[in-house]
This record gives sequence, structure tokens and C-alpha cells, in this order.
Amino acid sequence: MARELTVRIAGEAGQGIQSAGEALCRAVRHAGLHLFAHKDYMSRIRGGDNYFQVRIAEQPVQCPREQCDIIIALNPNSASAHAASVGEDGMLIADASEGSIEAGGTRLVDFPLRKTAESVTGSTRAANSIAAGVICRVSGVPEGSLEHGLRAVFAGRNEELVDKNLRAARTAYKMASSCPSPGISLEKSDAGSRLLIDGNQALALGAIRAGCTFYSAYPMTPSTSIMNTMAHFAQRYGLVVEQAEDEIAAINMVLGAWFAGARAMTASSGAGIALMSEGISLAGMTETPVVVVDAQRPAPATGFPTRTEQADLNMAIHSGHGEFVRAVYAPGCIEQAFALAVKAFNMADKYQMPAIILTDQFLADSIRDTAVPDVDAVQVERHVIDKEPSGDIKDYKRYTITESGISPRAVPSWIHDAIYADSDEHTEEGHITEDAAVRTQMVGKRLTTKLIGLSGEIEEPEAYNLDGADLVLVGFGSTRGVMREACDRVLDASVGSVHLSQVWPFPSTALYEMLEHAPKIMTVENNATGQLEDLITWKTRLYVAGAIRKFDGRPFTVDELMRRIREKV
Amino acid sequence: MEPVEFKGSDPIAWCPGCGNFGILNAVKRALAHLGREPRDYLLVSGIGQAAKLPHYVKCNCFNGLHGRALPVAQGAKLANRDLTVLVTTGDGDCYGEGGNHFIHAVRRNVDITVIVHDNQIYGLTKGQASPTTDSGFETKVQTAGVTLEPLNPVLLAVALGCGFVARSFSKDIEGLSELIVEGVRHPGFSLIDVLQPCVSFNRKNTYEWYGERVYRVDEDSEYDPYERTAALSAAGQWGDRIPTGIIYRNDSKPYEQQTGLSHREPLIERSIRNIDMEPAFTELS
Ligand SMILES: Cc1ncc(C[n+]2csc(CCOP(=O)(O)OP(=O)(O)O)c2C)c(N)n1
Ligand SMILES: [Mg+2]
Repeated sequence: MARELTVRIAGEAGQGIQSAGEALCRAVRHAGLHLFAHKDYMSRIRGGDNYFQVRIAEQPVQCPREQCDIIIALNPNSASAHAASVGEDGMLIADASEGSIEAGGTRLVDFPLRKTAESVTGSTRAANSIAAGVICRVSGVPEGSLEHGLRAVFAGRNEELVDKNLRAARTAYKMASSCPSPGISLEKSDAGSRLLIDGNQALALGAIRAGCTFYSAYPMTPSTSIMNTMAHFAQRYGLVVEQAEDEIAAINMVLGAWFAGARAMTASSGAGIALMSEGISLAGMTETPVVVVDAQRPAPATGFPTRTEQADLNMAIHSGHGEFVRAVYAPGCIEQAFALAVKAFNMADKYQMPAIILTDQFLADSIRDTAVPDVDAVQVERHVIDKEPSGDIKDYKRYTITESGISPRAVPSWIHDAIYADSDEHTEEGHITEDAAVRTQMVGKRLTTKLIGLSGEIEEPEAYNLDGADLVLVGFGSTRGVMREACDRVLDASVGSVHLSQVWPFPSTALYEMLEHAPKIMTVENNATGQLEDLITWKTRLYVAGAIRKFDGRPFTVDELMRRIREKV
Repeated sequence: MEPVEFKGSDPIAWCPGCGNFGILNAVKRALAHLGREPRDYLLVSGIGQAAKLPHYVKCNCFNGLHGRALPVAQGAKLANRDLTVLVTTGDGDCYGEGGNHFIHAVRRNVDITVIVHDNQIYGLTKGQASPTTDSGFETKVQTAGVTLEPLNPVLLAVALGCGFVARSFSKDIEGLSELIVEGVRHPGFSLIDVLQPCVSFNRKNTYEWYGERVYRVDEDSEYDPYERTAALSAAGQWGDRIPTGIIYRNDSKPYEQQTGLSHREPLIERSIRNIDMEPAFTELS
């Protein structure tokens, strides 16, 4: 097993946990180490209890641990609340002079976080940078890397602020030499030149690569940072990013943009996707491509706004009234988020249908050091009639019946003829009809015929450690990393895993072939009813012998997953 | 081009005598007068009798969902600013189901022209009250008469600061087509609310009823549509006298100019085949 340390910065919303955490991530990566970071935050702007956790390792890591080696808490309440998350030989670092801390049996290291911030910078605001300094020292991250991390996070802010935080962090770094050591010193590996992004940034980058030039959405956690990223790059890549008045407007604007010939995307969380469902159906009927991201969070209704769940699987594959083709992707890591965003655009464009990308708060918000994506791994394909040949088209019919079910899509104004797209049942010309025979033909075209082609382009399920496995875990989306690591770690049984990064059309044949001889199949999913389990049973008739479900709004840690596997084996 | 060159091939499904015919004729005249080819126009609509209009015109058409024409039209216009985008919608479609989009489309001020066939009734669903139905009007649902006060869309648009607010009467084909031409030429969001008799479900607001009441605001040579106070007062009129013509206008900057979109090539002209990700990757390294 890789040698590693898990560290956590805890405190109230508004205390700068996020910046300290990001600075720490950058410092760790600068120091040549690998990391996986995730956030746990409340739906409030001030107060409460949030944390930023970073798993630092000599080898690449893809999921969080349950217990921490070091927790640094910015106030006594947080310290008491997090004491139980400190592992056996770990330590809780906090300001014991600021109030009473109930540490239980945990080793408490007193450190004057706020006082140091105040004496160095004149204010307690920089306590977060003090925390970053202490953690770097205790974890063995060099001082130069700490500075690099802080400078990166405060880039573009005023010099005085940067300077204050740097001075605070340096002082803390020195003072922390007196703190006990966690007993592990990590060796630098090859992490140096890698990207440091979260799942939402990866999706936005994939969309930009795919030629998305129009983005419209309504803010909703945990999807909002996709919009932030698109807006951030709008100038450089010439994107139009428009905050819509609601999600219904967002998807309809996006459909208008696609119809006119651009590539476009929208994103939301479950509630917003529910509002978009009529638009998803409109995309199906008018055969207008659309790419929609559902960054899931616990529901029903408003649920846990800032936490994670995978309970929109059924909605994603069924949302929208009536019957039409669609594709639903479920990236399991940052690399897949980038690649599947490109694929979603290609497939939506090619099959003239909705492509839904299902992620969740855990993937959306977790940061990992990642190789720069191979932009050529998934080629960007355009599926409209190009401008040049458009001039020669005569007697164009938007919904021409073809063998593939796909009617060549022309761009308005590039061809001479008028294009009619219609949400009513329509003729090949796109005009309203009530004809029974036309209806039958059109349903067949939209559904069955297109499905044949689409089914030939399904992302294959990904098998891990399947040879000789006594038990096979099956999951989709963000559980990929945790399942794989559990396979590696559970040594008393041979465990393999299969990850689905596409859940619709369901990879029935491929999954069946992979699992038909598996002694025991167990699903792993972040929901209460076992939506993937149902889908497997429905589509493959395979027997799912056990299910590990988690619906408390928190992601699986590898430790919890291993414990639950052992309980079942 | 001549109006007949914009004649569509789809058979018309409106009731004989419907006020929509006048609007259809005015639209074709205006498109011809504006001098662009059918390929350069896009008519977007929602659902309702009004929303069928694009099928009867030879030019691009996106006939989408009930209430959602405005977002589609804005998305299409932002993707290809070279298209001339018009919306044909009903009072239910635009002010009821799509009311939120209407408010924000006015604020966003994308260069589209919206023609509302305002028959003060839900025609296609057979005669329920719409947001503009006069109070007291009895329907199968509002059996004791509508108790809500009607929405005055013209007044609402002026209050929102809409850059081009007009009203017309579907019988006045020439006046309406002129307003459509003006609305299209206006560089931002333009609203033309058209009084449209519904011969099947609105036996109150008939051709005669409107005919006796409408007058043109420019009959008064002093009337200045750029004067907001006067416009608010004219827009507030309803009942014995109903003002038509350009009620209000201003020179507020359209979205395309605010965002610089009007100086860049349309989104659809971008080559997307090999977008260089290096700058973004470098920034996020
Ligand atoms: C989401 C949705 N709700 C309801 C309907 C049914 N519907 C179709 S048209 C319409 C009202 C149309 O009224 P208006 O926009 O004034 O058009 P008109 O027929 O009067 O021209 C309704 C309620 C629908 N098609 N979609
Ligand atoms: Mg109506």
C-alpha cells in the first residue's frame, strides 16, 4: 500500500477553509506528491461546520479515507466536533486557549492559531493561512511549496493581502516545528506537472473542447461551478454564458442555440433537471441535440443542498414525457468527466437527442492531481451539414426518413430552403400532422431506428480485478475510485469491480458477458432504493446477491466500503 | 421580394374569419418589405392557435413548447445574430405559461421581435380565461365570470423599460405590417401586442368591439413615444378607448451590444474542430 497522510482543515463557513484547502492542495502537488481532496460544507454562508480534507500520498489516490492523521480546527467547537475523526496515531491541532475542547481520547496539540494570525497580521482573518502553514510543516511539505500554494490561491488579489497571508503561513511553519510528527515522511513521486482540477472544471473543459460556445443555466449547487468555469473562460474562448431566469428557460435557450447551429450545454441539480424535463422531451421530439449535466445532490425537494447522492438515475433515464432516445453518461473520475463531455456532444449531435451527464456533488467538488487530458482521445465530431455543401441542397426536409433514423441536420440560413422543426407530431417536412401512419413511422424513426446505431456506441463497462474474483462490486458514476481501491485493499477475499460510465442505453450485453460467471455480484450506490441494482436486474436478468447502499449525503470512504464488504462476505 | 413568396405550403388550421389571418398577412408583408430571403428569417412559436403561424410562412420555423418560445428565440439569436428572429405567440403562451420569460426577455433585451396574438382567451383549449381576459367574462371554467383583473401587457412592458412597445389590431393589416417592420428594425427586444378577435370563443371582444375603440396614438401629432410619462398614461388606457401604434420606445442598448457579441463573428461560424485547450490547462496547472 502507498504511504499516505490524510489531513483535514475544519471550521465555520466564512473562515477561509476553502482557500486554505486549495493552497494546501497546490502546495502538496508542488512538493511532488499525489492528492485527493473533497469538501464537506453546509448550505450557509457564515457559521456552521465545514471541512476540507486532503489525502496526500506517494501514489495516485482516487477516494477519501475515513480517519485523518491530522485535523486542524479553526475554532473550539469544530475541534470538539471533529475529534472523533482523528485516527489512532493522529493528532487534533487547535487553539485550546480559545475555549474548551472535548477531545475525548484524541491527542490534542495546542497551537495559537488566532493569536499568531493577530500578532503577525493584525487580524485573526489569516488563521486559515496559519492552519495551512502548520499542516504543511507537520506533513513534511517544504516551505517553498507552501508559498507556491498560497501565491496561486491568492493570485490577482492585492499585494498587501498576499503578503499578510504569506507572513502568517511562514511564521506558522516555523512555530510548528515544535508540533509532534505523524511518524511518516512521504517521498516525492512524479506528480510534478499535473493538472489540479475538480469534476465540474473537467466537465466545463470537456465542453469547451467539444466546441460548446453557448452555456445557459440557473445557479444550483453543486452544478454552479460549471457555470463559473464557463464564465471564467468565456472571454478567452469566445463563449456566451447567460444566466437564465429559470431552468426551463435555460434548456430552451440551449435548444434554440443548437437549432441555430451552435453547440450548447446547460447544467443543474435534480430539482432543476425536473423543471427541464419538458425541454428534454422537446429535444427528443424536435430531434434537436442538447447536453444536460445533472450534478446530483440528496433529494427529494431541496434535500441536502451541498451534499452528495446518486438518486437521480431513474430520473435521468426516464425524464421527459413520451418515448425517445437519449444517452446518459456517468463519469467516474476527472478524466472521464472530460472525455465523456466530448462524447456527449458528439452523440447528442449525431443522434439529435438529449445526452445527459450524471455526476454528483462528490465528483463535482473533489479535486485530484490529474494528467493533462489527451485531447485527441475522443475526437470532436460535427454532425451538421457543413456550410459549403449546404449551398447545393434542394428540397430539404428536416425529418427525412432514412435507414439510420437520422435525418441530416441543416443549419438555418446556410441552406436555401426553410427548415421547420416541430414539437407536435410532424411530417417529414416538419409540419403538424394527425396522420396515424406518419405517427407510427416517426415514432419508429425517433426511437427504434436511432437506437440501433446508438447501441453500437455504448461506453463499455470497465472491469477491474475481475479474474478469479469471488465477489464483484458494480457501481456507476463517482464510486469508481472507491470501488477500485476497496478491491486492492480487501485482502481476505478476492474482490473485483465493474464500473459503468454509461447507464443509458444500458450496456446490457457487455455487462452480462462480464458478469455471467461471477460467483457473487454486489451493487455499490449512493441511494436508498438500489436504482442501479434494479436496472441490472431489468436489463440483464443477472442475479444481484447483495447491495451496499449509502444515502446519508456523504460519499463512501474506502474504509467504510471495506467494512461493509467484510460484513457481507 | 413579394409577400406571396413567403406563402407556406402547409394547409391552414384556423377557424374561418379568425383574426389570425390578418396577422399572417401582415407578417408576410413585413418580411417581404424587409427585403431578406426566407432563409434569413426564423419564426419561433410556442403552442396555441397563434403559435401555428410559422407553419404557414415560408421561412425557418421552430415550433416549440407552450410558453417557451422566448427562450428558444433568444438562444437562436445569440447563436446566430445574422438571423432575423421573430416570435409569434398567444396571450396565454406569452403572458401566462411564459410570463416569467417575458419579463426577463424584456430585461435581457436580445434583438428579437415578439408578436402576441392577443385574443384575450385560450383558443386552442376551447375558451378558458387567459391573463388578458376582461373581468366578468364567463367561461366553462370561470363560470361566475373572471374575478381577476386583466393583465395589461403594454403597460407592463412600458414599466419594464422595454425599448419598443406597440399595439395593433389584426384587421389593420397595413398598420400592423408597418409596426412589424419597425419592430424588426429596432435593435433590441420589441413587443407588438395585437388585438385579435377570436370568432369561436370570445364573443365579447369582437371585430366591432375593437373597431369602435381603437385609435392611433400618432393621431395626436404631439405624442412622443420617447416620453415615458405620456407613454405610461397611454399604456394604461383600456376600455372605451384603446391606443394602438408605437406606444413607447427608448434607445437602451441591446444585449448583443452590451456583451460585444455584435462585433464578433456569429457563434455558428466558429470552427470547433480543434480548439486549443493549452491556455486553459496551463491556467489550471
Ligand atoms: C405545458 C402545457 N400546458 C398546457 C397545454 C395546453 N394548451 C395548449 S395551447 C393552450 C393555451 C393557448 O392559449 P393562447 O396562448 O392564448 O393561444 P390561442 O390558442 O388563444 O391562440 C394551452 C393551455 C400545453 N400544450 N402544454
Ligand atoms: Mg389566446
